[in-house]
Amino acid sequence: MGICDESRERQVCGGEGDRRNNQTFHHCFPGKPKCYPLHSVVLLTILILAFFGYGFLSSRHLMPAGVRAGHSVAVRDPDGWQVVTLSRMLYPQPMVLTPSRSDALTVTPWLAPIIWEGTFNIDLLNEQFWLQNLTVGLTVFAVKKYMVFLKAFLETAEQHFMVGHHVTYYVFTDRPADVPHVLLKEGRQLVVLSVRSYARWQDVSMHRMEMISNFSEQRFRHEVDYLVCSDVDMKFWDHVGVEILSPLFGTLHPAFYTANRKAFTYERRRRSQAYIPWDEGDFYYIGAFFGGSVAEVQQLTSACHQAMMVDKAKGIEAVWHDESHLNKYLLHHKPTKVLSPEYLWGDWLLDWHPVLKKLRFVTVPKNRQKIRNP
Amino acid sequence: MTLPEHRARREAASPQDARKAGKRCPLQPLLLGLLLLLVFFGYGFLSSRRPMPGGLGVRPGMLYPQPKALTPSRSDVLVLTPWLAPIVWEGTFSPEILDEQFRLQNVTVGLTVFAVKKYVAFLRLFLETAEQHFMVGHRVTYYVFTDRPADVPHVPLREGRRLAVLAVRSHARWQDVSMQRMEVISRFSEQRFRREVDYLVCADVDMKFRDHVGVEILSPLFGTLHPGFYRADRRAFAYERRPRSQAYIPPDEGDFYYMGALFGGSVAEVQRLASACHQATVLDKANGIEAVWHDESHLNRYLLYHKPTKVLSPEYLWDQRLLGWPSVMKKLRFVAVPKNHEEMRSP
Repeated sequence: MGICDESRERQVCGGEGDRRNNQTFHHCFPGKPKCYPLHSVVLLTILILAFFGYGFLSSRHLMPAGVRAGHSVAVRDPDGWQVVTLSRMLYPQPMVLTPSRSDALTVTPWLAPIIWEGTFNIDLLNEQFWLQNLTVGLTVFAVKKYMVFLKAFLETAEQHFMVGHHVTYYVFTDRPADVPHVLLKEGRQLVVLSVRSYARWQDVSMHRMEMISNFSEQRFRHEVDYLVCSDVDMKFWDHVGVEILSPLFGTLHPAFYTANRKAFTYERRRRSQAYIPWDEGDFYYIGAFFGGSVAEVQQLTSACHQAMMVDKAKGIEAVWHDESHLNKYLLHHKPTKVLSPEYLWGDWLLDWHPVLKKLRFVTVPKNRQKIRNP
Repeated sequence: MTLPEHRARREAASPQDARKAGKRCPLQPLLLGLLLLLVFFGYGFLSSRRPMPGGLGVRPGMLYPQPKALTPSRSDVLVLTPWLAPIVWEGTFSPEILDEQFRLQNVTVGLTVFAVKKYVAFLRLFLETAEQHFMVGHRVTYYVFTDRPADVPHVPLREGRRLAVLAVRSHARWQDVSMQRMEVISRFSEQRFRREVDYLVCADVDMKFRDHVGVEILSPLFGTLHPGFYRADRRAFAYERRPRSQAYIPPDEGDFYYMGALFGGSVAEVQRLASACHQATVLDKANGIEAVWHDESHLNRYLLYHKPTKVLSPEYLWDQRLLGWPSVMKKLRFVAVPKNHEEMRSP
């Protein structure tokens, strides 16, 4: 700081924590009122009060009454659901000594549900959601030639994605005029967001993180409660509903859900921000489908974008681009729900394991050379 | 004085004066810069301080076995309710990961217990065993409600744990003592708990901890499976079956039979639950009816229509004398202390 007495300041004015403490300033400027004018002190005090006040207020805003630290929330709190009052409903009794699935793990070691067919009662969940009047945003990027996938994506989403709930499609594209006209059901709307494209497909993919992060701040947090971030070269084949919604969710990659963690295609070079050592890792999540509350998605996408910028400055690009960074993030910020590979299946996988009772969201075959080149 | 002379005079000033003069210039922008830095860090610090519901962090380098997607953690029990609330059994969770997540948020857990009239006798064992097994390593506040504060035993507490004695009135009937808890918890949640703790755990006092009861139970709203009914068909649950009562549940409804001896959640959710149960009790009284299992009946009604976000297995509420130790219970964590019902419940 070097204002009054440098050597003394280095001893007394410690790290960040100290900066918050008013007393630190008295230490830094011991009895030398001539060192700084009075109005600076007043300004300082006002600013500290303002910032504390704002921080306090904004943290209140982020934390709706009664939720914090968990998943429930007061009405309109995007970071979870409220424990709402249900009406009388008839359904089979859950049996305590009968697992819902005997062939799959249905809860992670940090007690996040893993969503497979048979683990949830959709009527109960729909009821809970309707009572909170929530809106789900679905982001998708149709840049350059990828526009060709959008029609089937939207049409099948209309049949299978969050049916009966409020949905806003956010279509990011560099060619807004080419966005197809798809008939939408009631309570659903489509917003076209103009963005720049990049020459390399890897950059198109990676910059989604930056764009989602920016728009979350500017727009999404005012318009929707949850965000679902998806690849566009996909089709919905079966129900994808509110069972996926939670403060933060990732999806198991269909090619790795039976693999040992050593075989996960994490970034293995220490120099990268996405580096994960051989003896760490829960799951390998796919970059094509993740989401959560707007606040959580904003944190995730912002963190991934920053990490990619740091890598870029060091001249390294993670082996699977945004997916590598997503995996690093979700290792250290555990998701509150994990979706089974039912929620992202690959058309290139010729047969599927009997554990998959449904294939809900499936990649569309594409000619990689053709689609990724100008 | 001419200008050059004036300048010469200034330049001839002492080194101290020169230092001060030099300092006054960079001081303002420096201070401004400092303030901006402070605001930036402070906001970041504050906004990260409150618990974030998703993405609860763990530190890098934590080592543990890989979870396997095709290997259930338990093959003999239901570990997830149909509304996707985890049912907490041994083997379903990693205490290390959860402890890390909750320590990073620096949570404080309040534990309420009522030791009214002769029930003060249970306090010592309750508190001593809680010190060994309940939320160890986390911040805890015991709230002991009693009509005889002088009889509250002195139990040494670990660091980060404290005890508050709160005076309440007693009632002649033990059923009223039991039911008053809802009103008291509701009132104190509003007046005090919401400022002091993040989570509330509400327990019966005639119990002792004999194994780990930790942050795996914490969630916005949790109930515990009654050890006498976890195998039963819903028609056999001891719900209140008279439609005249506010606690009424028809025979074709009901998920589980929860026990009144252990429930909890965030302060706000517990306040809502306790308040609702209290109102329902008052309404019943006005209608000249008392629910068959008192506050437990009202609790069950509440949790049917307000689904808990976690359910605790009967490991968390057991009676070994009555129920033995079946193989499905890998741990008996919180167990009944034998008592002579007649003696304890008489004046």
